[in-house]
Amino acid sequence: MPTPSPDRRVALVTGSTLGIGRAVAVRLARTGHEVVVHGRDRERAAKAAAEVAAETGGHTDTVHGDVADPAAVSAMMREVHRRHGRLDALVINAGGHAASLLGMMHSDVVSRLFHVNALGATHTLQAAVKLLRRGTDPAVVLVSSVMGRKGAPGQAVYSATKAAVLGLTLAAAKELGPQGIRVNAVAPGYIQTDMLSTLDDRARAETIAATPLGRLGTAGDVAAAAAFLLSADACFITGQVIGVDGGLVL
Amino acid sequence: MSQLDRLRGVFRASLSLPADTDVDGLHYRAIPQWDSLAHMALVAAMEDEFAIMIDTDEMIDMSSFAKAAELLEKHGADAVT
Ligand SMILES: NC(=O)c1ccc[n+]([C@@H]2O[C@H](COP(=O)([O-])OP(=O)(O)OC[C@H]3O[C@@H](n4cnc5c(N)ncnc54)[C@H](OP(=O)(O)O)[C@@H]3O)[C@@H](O)[C@H]2O)c1
Repeated sequence: MPTPSPDRRVALVTGSTLGIGRAVAVRLARTGHEVVVHGRDRERAAKAAAEVAAETGGHTDTVHGDVADPAAVSAMMREVHRRHGRLDALVINAGGHAASLLGMMHSDVVSRLFHVNALGATHTLQAAVKLLRRGTDPAVVLVSSVMGRKGAPGQAVYSATKAAVLGLTLAAAKELGPQGIRVNAVAPGYIQTDMLSTLDDRARAETIAATPLGRLGTAGDVAAAAAFLLSADACFITGQVIGVDGGLVL
Repeated sequence: MSQLDRLRGVFRASLSLPADTDVDGLHYRAIPQWDSLAHMALVAAMEDEFAIMIDTDEMIDMSSFAKAAELLEKHGADAVT
């Protein structure tokens, strides 16, 4: 069993090779965490981890695996256990997106979205609980979406997967609170990452117009909220969903 | 102390059983002390004692002391004798 480093918190951020997860990894690495960077592919994850370490001067490590595959998730957690022995922070962020009107989405795509977003989050939390119990002031942040709270045309399936993440968050907060583990969620609005690359100029302008704060979000906006929820400043906060959406949910 | 004796010790400590309790024939939920909460504590104690990590599915399938001993062997926690 490795000796836990007393000065650094050990954080696993799933889906941190790019986008929101990557911004969370950078933010946590800057604030005294040893960040375990994760993606599906070993090389991509290792490259991202090296870049986060170089950018922040912080400490990073890597695990890889498809979160839709419970065996892969178990293997990831076994690696974290072997190398770090515990988790102090967990960000369940890995996810995918697809949009289509009801009746128009191929059943394979429906299944895949649920497998990655809803089941993936569930496998990750289940497999991490024992590591979190060994952590100090352990905290979890799950990345849902404004779509999981509000929905939109063309987003029914994605919204359902992200609503599942909210149900998981609320129940886990109640169940794990007595063990000292806090569980919260962030619900980003439209955030400028690769996931938003399908948004054409007209849709982009409409989205901005519908957002009270008048812009798209950045991955850094979401990272700031996640970092707060993981920090000691949020030590009496659990079971909450923080919208990071410029007021889109209103 | 043999691995099996260490495992017996983990069972007795985690389930708050007297030191002389025979745990070899024990089954999950057969005694009030071995409920689902205690099960998780027991698994965590096994992980700490033997420096292994037990999967969710393995944890659910660990329905007896004998199964726990099998699990240790599977994880290569040296020969269970
Ligand atoms: N962007 C938005 O507007 C927005 C809004 C609301 C919520 N969100 C949510 O925020 C999270 C991150 O989104 P993003 O915009 O940052 O997306 P992104 O830029 O596409 O990044 C997705 C990340 O997840 C990883 N990933 C994808 N599928 C995976 C799988 N099956 N197993 C393991 N890792 C997987 C990817 O890693 P590899 O490709 O290296 O495997 C990548 O690191 C998602 O849960 C998303 O639903 C995003």
